[in-house]
Formats: sequence, C-alpha cells, structure tokens
Amino acid sequence: MSTVIHPSGDRTRPERRTPPTPAPDGLLGRSRELGGRFFNGFSHVFLVVWAVMVIYPLLWVVMSAFKDDSEVIRKPLSLIPDKLHWDNFTRAWGEGHLGAFFLNTLLVLVGSVFLTMLLGSMAAYVLSRYEFPGNRLIYYMFLSGLTLPIYLAAVPLFKGVYNTGLAFPLLGPNKHLMLIFVYVAWSLSFTVFFMHSFFRTLPNSIAEAAMVDGASHSRLFFSVMLPMSKPGLISIGIFNVLGQWNQWYLPTLLMQSVAGEPKNQVISQGLIELSVNQGYKSDWSGLFAGVTMAMLPVLIVYIVFQRQVQSGLTAGVGK
Amino acid sequence: MRHGVARFVTGFLALPVALYLFYVVWPFAQAAGYSLTSWGGYSDKQDFVGLDNYIRLFSDELIRKAFWHNVFFLVTVPLFTIALALFLAFLLNVGGREDRAGIRGIFGSGFYKVIFFFPQVLSLVVIAVMWQQIYRSDGQGLVNGLLMKIGLVDADNPIAFTADPEPFLGVPAVLWWLLLIAVWSGAGFYMVLFSAAMQSIPKDIYEAAILDGASRFHTFFRITLPLLRDTISVAWVYLGFIALDMYALVFVMTPSQGGPNHASEIFASVLNFTAFQKGQFGYACAMGVSLAIFTILLAALQLRITRRERIEY
Repeated sequence: MSTVIHPSGDRTRPERRTPPTPAPDGLLGRSRELGGRFFNGFSHVFLVVWAVMVIYPLLWVVMSAFKDDSEVIRKPLSLIPDKLHWDNFTRAWGEGHLGAFFLNTLLVLVGSVFLTMLLGSMAAYVLSRYEFPGNRLIYYMFLSGLTLPIYLAAVPLFKGVYNTGLAFPLLGPNKHLMLIFVYVAWSLSFTVFFMHSFFRTLPNSIAEAAMVDGASHSRLFFSVMLPMSKPGLISIGIFNVLGQWNQWYLPTLLMQSVAGEPKNQVISQGLIELSVNQGYKSDWSGLFAGVTMAMLPVLIVYIVFQRQVQSGLTAGVGK
Repeated sequence: MRHGVARFVTGFLALPVALYLFYVVWPFAQAAGYSLTSWGGYSDKQDFVGLDNYIRLFSDELIRKAFWHNVFFLVTVPLFTIALALFLAFLLNVGGREDRAGIRGIFGSGFYKVIFFFPQVLSLVVIAVMWQQIYRSDGQGLVNGLLMKIGLVDADNPIAFTADPEPFLGVPAVLWWLLLIAVWSGAGFYMVLFSAAMQSIPKDIYEAAILDGASRFHTFFRITLPLLRDTISVAWVYLGFIALDMYALVFVMTPSQGGPNHASEIFASVLNFTAFQKGQFGYACAMGVSLAIFTILLAALQLRITRRERIEY
C-alpha cells in the first residue's frame, strides 16, 4: 500500500516520485486496495457517462443533418443516415441565408477583434504604466462595465445607433461598421481589465533601456511592450473571438433588416431565424445542417488549439 | 518631455474612451434618465414622472414572478454547476489506481477534459437550438424518442419540457429543464478550472495528511476543498452573472419568449417585452436600473462573504 497522494491528473506534468514505503500486509491493506480499485472503476463509469451525455447530443445533431426530412421523422434516433444528404447543407447555406450570415460574421469579427485588441491594449498600457490625473477614474469607468447588464442599455443604445445613422449612414442600424464599433466598445471592459493586470507584470528595466536608446513612447509600446505581452494577448484574443462569435443579443437588437435592406445579419441570428421558421416550414434537416455548420468550425478550431483555448478561457476567470 | 507624455497618453486613450463613452456609458446614463419618465419610445413625449416607475415595479405581478425566477437561477445554476464540476475534477484527479507512487489521476484525464469542455466553445444560441430539438415533445425529440422506445414514456403523453408550466418542487418545470442545459454547458469549463487549481496545491500537504492516515475522501474534503475556496468563490460570482443572463435560452426555447403562461419569465424577458412589444420604454428602463443595482449589490455581497484570509502556499 502506498502512502502518497498525487492530485495531479495531467500526465504532462512531471511526476514527483517519493520513495515507496513498504506496504503493511494484512486485512487492512488489502481492503483499502480493494476500495481503491472499486473507486477507480466507479470513476471511469461516471466519467464515461458524462462524456456520452456531452457527445451524444452533438453527434445526434451532426448525423441528423445528413438525413432527409422523412428519415428525420421516421427514424429520429438513428445515428447512421441511410444516405448522406449534402443538399441539406446547400439549402441551409443558400435558402436559409447562412452562407451570407457566415460571411457577415467573419467580416465583422476580423474588424472588431483586431480593433478590440489594439484599442484595448493601448488603453490598458497607458492606464497601467503612466501616471496622470484621471487615470483611476478612467480605469474604474472601464471596470464598471463588467457588472452592468447589457439589457439596461438596450433601449438608449438602439436609439443612439438609429440617430447616428441619420447623420452617418454607415453607423446606422443594420451596418457592419456600426456592429464592429459596438462589439469593440462592449469588449473593452474585460480586455482593458485583463491587459491592465498583464502590463503591470512586465519588468521596468527593459522599458527604461529602450527609452535610453531613444525610443519614443509609441515605439516602445509597439516594438517592445506589445511583443512581450504575447501570452496575454493570445488569452484575451481567444476570449474575444469566442465571445464576439457567440454574440446574439447585440445583433438581434441592432441588425434587423427592414424590408428591402440587404441582409447583414450574423450567424446567431440566422440560426434563431431557422429555428423560429421551422414552426411553419418544418425543414428539420435544414435546421440540423445549420446548427452543424455553426458548431463544427468552432469545435474543430478548439480541438486543434485545445490547450491554448482552455488556458486562455480559464485565465480570464482566474484573474 | 512632459509635453510629449501628455500627447502620447491622450493619443492612446482618445479612441477607446470615445467609443466606450458613446456606446456603453452614454446608453447607461440615458437609461437612468429615461427611467424617470413615461417615455413610450416612439413619440417625442417624455413626461417626467419621478420615481413612479420604480414604485410601479413593486406592485407588478409579472416582475415579482420574474424576480423569483431570477433568484431561482441565481441559487441553482452556481450550486449544481459547481457541485458537478468539483465532483468531476475530483474523479479526474484522485480516481486513478493506487500504486507505489501514490494515488494517481485517472487514466485518460486529458481526453475527458477535452470532451467536457466542448459546450463552452459553442454559442448559447447553438446550444439553445440544439436542445430545442432534444427537448421536442414528440417521438422526434431525442429524450422523448429514447424514453418512448424503452417504454418509459407513453407516446400520447410525452414530456412537455419547455412548454410545461406545472410546478415541480414549487418551481415551474420549464425552469428546471432550462437549468439542466445551463449545468450541462457549464460543468466542463469549471471542472477544467478546478482541476488546474487542484494541481497547483503542493504535494507535501497531501503527503503529511496520508502519513496521518487520511483516506482520499478525507484529503479531498479536509484539504483540497478548503484550499480551493478562492477559486470556487470566483466561479460562484461568474456563474451568478451567467444565471442572470439565461435570456438566450428563454428567448429561443420557450413559447412566446417567457411562456407558457409567463412560467419562464425572467427580468430580461420582461424588460424586452415591456420595451419593444408594449412600447413602455421609460418603465423598461426602470426595470433595467433595478436589475443593475441588484447585480452590483449581489456582487459586493458575494465579495464580502467570501473575503477572508488567504492561505499562501
């Protein structure tokens, strides 16, 4: 029987072995070993059950996306479609407008994530490393955005965007540029908060050395400090990509296309539309295909970068 | 030189602060202002009514209902998610075989972590639409279909899930079904979080406990859990915010976004209904301000309760 507990479940961590102690013979030792084995079995059973509960629904959705409607109704539970109906995907992509919504989401995200990272780290950098009157005030102003519910701002935000649109059409409702700015503004709170604590940890000596060499303040930021904060940038970048990809409330509020206007909606809205429409069009397989298309890219990216994504997202909570 | 710094600071802050003021601070400030008026939202008529909207909140039957539903989620979402996440993390980290080197983490823990984390990267809307299909109230739904197949559910009398207003333990059934989704999607993330925290606890503490004859259950409850206190309380705060934000599920999954018969109304759904369907913007803003005050009080209370001396290791 051994006497050391290793709480480490991660096999990549170096195992610290302690010299084994001689196991005491007799009933006590054996019953403890038996208990351990039973517990090990129980753990596996429970973990497998939960894994199935997570995977099975996902798999069911993906597989149902390949059935045709009659098969969805006839054999709703089977995980193996009779024939692979790719036409469900083309239908959701085309008639369901998911293709266009996909491009809209990408277009908005490219701009908004880049701007969020740039403006967020610029603000956080200045706030964390320069003393000036109003510093605390601005920092707490950004921080306060973390606790306020977005619904509170819904009505005035909608009105503000509508009014801006009258003067600057590109910043009005149902415009990509407007959504980019709104995403950036609403992501700044957490980005500034996170990068602020990150910039504080960077050593002063390197900054001083660069200044002695004659670097300007902005050059110091872009060529020295920003490259040094790469780990922090990756974490908050993943956080922002997922967060903005998953946005549904802001687009639902601000990206309604009135009849005749181009469809500029994002993917979440497309899904909601599909799921509401199925009430009278009952295109089940198309709906499953839509969910699959919205789900798979993120899942694949996650599986490829799972270590970064896990640590990136948990670092966000741990701060 | 001083001059250069001032220009640099202003230059770096101007754009982010401007965007933030315009799209975040200004709407919040306006909401607080509108909450004192009887503004309908579409006309220019904004009569100042003082605190009337707030007084009206207290006698509003629907708001009272929504408030208790919010409280229900506020208690149950963190409670069940954290309990399940801790249990899973416990199994992963000490569920392994006991050998000469000690009790190990379970075989395949990396694999389990990848799988359990899946729901975290899916958007709430994807999850909502997916579960809508799982919860369908006929043989086409995953759960009803399975249960009908093994004969546990009668085909003429399927489980209604999100269309079921009947109370279970005093709370409408629909809320319990929504809670299940929230726990399903959150457990994996917090398990990864707790698991990482467990691994940062130094091994010597466990060695000492084992020498004193503690079993793995003892070490978990007497050592691991108390040392995880900080992480758990942070998780509690975050899950509290998520619980206040169950609107996506209500919006996509329940009949008439808060139904059936208002059984799943929460603050956000009442607010949106009041503002955009009933056209009572002033009153809706008063709801929003109350929700904000409630949230801030709650966060402050939470931080007060969980604050205590840190154990440094």
